[in-house]
Amino acid sequence: MKPTPRIPDAVKSSPLAIQGLTVSYDRRPVVHSVDFVTPPGSMTAIVGPNGAGKSTLLKASLGITARLTGDVRVFGKPFEVMSRHVAYVPQRSSVDWDFPATVIDVVAMGLFRDQRWWQFNRGRDRRLAMHSLARVGMEAFADRQIGQLSGGQQQRVFLARALIQDAELTILDEPFAGVDAATESAIIEVLKELRDEGRTLLCVHHDLSTVHDYFDHVLLLNVRGIAAGAVDEVFTAANLQATYGGRLSEVQLARLVSPASKEAR
Amino acid sequence: MDTWWRALTFTLGYNTSLVTLGAMLLAAGAGMIGTFVLLRKRALVSDAISHATLPGLTLAFIIIGLLQGDGRWLPGLLIGAALSAALGLWLVQVISARTRLGEDAAIGAVLSSFFAFGVVLITVIQSMNVTGQSGLTGYLVGATAGMLSSEAKLIALCSLGVLAAVFVMRREFLLVCFDADFARTQGINTWRVDLALLMLLMAVVVIGLKVTGLILIVALTIIPPVAARFWTDHPMAMVALAAFLGALSGYFGVTLSSVGEGLPTGPLIVLAAFVLFLGSFLFSPRRGVLASLLAHQRFRRRVHLRQGLLSLSRDEPIFDGLTLTLLKRAGYIRRDGVATAAGQAAARDAEHEERLWALYRERYPDDALHREHAGLTPIAQVLSPDAVMTLETQLLLRTEARP
Repeated sequence: MKPTPRIPDAVKSSPLAIQGLTVSYDRRPVVHSVDFVTPPGSMTAIVGPNGAGKSTLLKASLGITARLTGDVRVFGKPFEVMSRHVAYVPQRSSVDWDFPATVIDVVAMGLFRDQRWWQFNRGRDRRLAMHSLARVGMEAFADRQIGQLSGGQQQRVFLARALIQDAELTILDEPFAGVDAATESAIIEVLKELRDEGRTLLCVHHDLSTVHDYFDHVLLLNVRGIAAGAVDEVFTAANLQATYGGRLSEVQLARLVSPASKEAR
Repeated sequence: MDTWWRALTFTLGYNTSLVTLGAMLLAAGAGMIGTFVLLRKRALVSDAISHATLPGLTLAFIIIGLLQGDGRWLPGLLIGAALSAALGLWLVQVISARTRLGEDAAIGAVLSSFFAFGVVLITVIQSMNVTGQSGLTGYLVGATAGMLSSEAKLIALCSLGVLAAVFVMRREFLLVCFDADFARTQGINTWRVDLALLMLLMAVVVIGLKVTGLILIVALTIIPPVAARFWTDHPMAMVALAAFLGALSGYFGVTLSSVGEGLPTGPLIVLAAFVLFLGSFLFSPRRGVLASLLAHQRFRRRVHLRQGLLSLSRDEPIFDGLTLTLLKRAGYIRRDGVATAAGQAAARDAEHEERLWALYRERYPDDALHREHAGLTPIAQVLSPDAVMTLETQLLLRTEARP
């Protein structure tokens, strides 16, 4: 009999531990042998240039995209049996917003696992959905067709659909892309509330200038994992240079990593 | 007229009633599954399936005919049709997955080749010594006139099966249609759900061959869902409505075809569906043509009124006739053009709204490009309350900063 390898304690307590994850399209690796143990209760940004495989890493972890190799565990158990503890907020552009659905219909989709095949949305489900919508400031829009919403409002609806799942880990794919500033601050408030409840957040993030303000941990990724850890330790000029392959200027780097410039902004 | 009335009230005889009921159930099933296929953006697949049934249908006819002398045996024909439809469907999948061709190109290639092969087989049958050949054309355009009650029962039962299956799978279908990636995170095997969707679609097409014929069955999976979309924004309501409109078309189509000798059932069902579609297209209060014409008129008046109020607030002269009429009718100005108290209040409100929108456009230029953000809709209806509060505060700060 093959001896089962001992699972390290860090993996057992992590809501998402990725080991040796590789994804390739047509024999070209887009994510290559990435290891990352998400610290529980953290707010982690995944940062890297376009085409670095940030979204793909998340999708492969979630079982949306097939992975070539790799092991994904949630609290030490295989992802497949633990997937109910993970909520996912896809990119806004991934769906057709002309779909015949109202805001509350979309939010109630997050209750899929709680309903049986003969059940329709009940009063309790509607209350849960309204509660989620209230957390993102959208309860007044519950009966709007989703195509009538602005970009920021659509993003809030997606977040509400994740909130209703009451998951330990929420994975977000560029939640701030193309949203208005009011929505951005509303979303970050909700995410910080979740972290204060002890939940974990993992978020593909594009805007390097807000990494310090929003997140406590960061994973720098460019096909391979470049560095991972607390923002203060890992979000350095040298690591960013390695991630972006010299595409950032000295001035930009200095402004991004030195906390002093934050007050000036 | 009298015959039609008796058909409509199910008093034209047992057989006609059974056929009507069977066609209604079939059309309801087609509407239900068609809604999901449409939302999955694969409406054309049903066209490929229906045309791909022909070779299987004719081959089955030949085999059955050689075995028992008469090729007309509905269950056997349906099995043959289903087998060749499945083969066609599989080819479409393989072509679109393994080559650079899109699904539409694959559908075009498969449906024409299969149909061509089927037509060749029909001419072969015509040279054979098998009875019941004339019954075969009924599968092209549909014929319920000579339908046996056992056949009608088979169609009704299979349709009930499809209806039940779609009901059971509706939640999986909905999630996969709206957001397949998200569906996967909910533990749904999207590949299997898509397969189930296509299998149910195939079942409807095959069952419907005898009723509407293979050329027109595609209409029953597309027209009722499209008509239903005009009336609702809820996914499950759209499914139910599509089933209802489908059943209604089946009801009118079959009963009309029983009026005269040789009236084709399939085309009449489809025409009935089209009439329902046309009614929805014109008169739907949400998305219909008349409603949007009216909405355009209302919008035009709103623009005039807003411009008039802004002119009032800025003490600019108003020359536009319609603007003046609208202002007068709303009681905002007197006959001589002087603003009333209500007019002054409304003008102040309009000016405030305008400033909020201007500030919004300045702060979030990207978001302001959105259709509703042109500034004519009250801002509280477009933005969430917290966003409006932020703007109000900013506006207040700005007015205070500028004494």
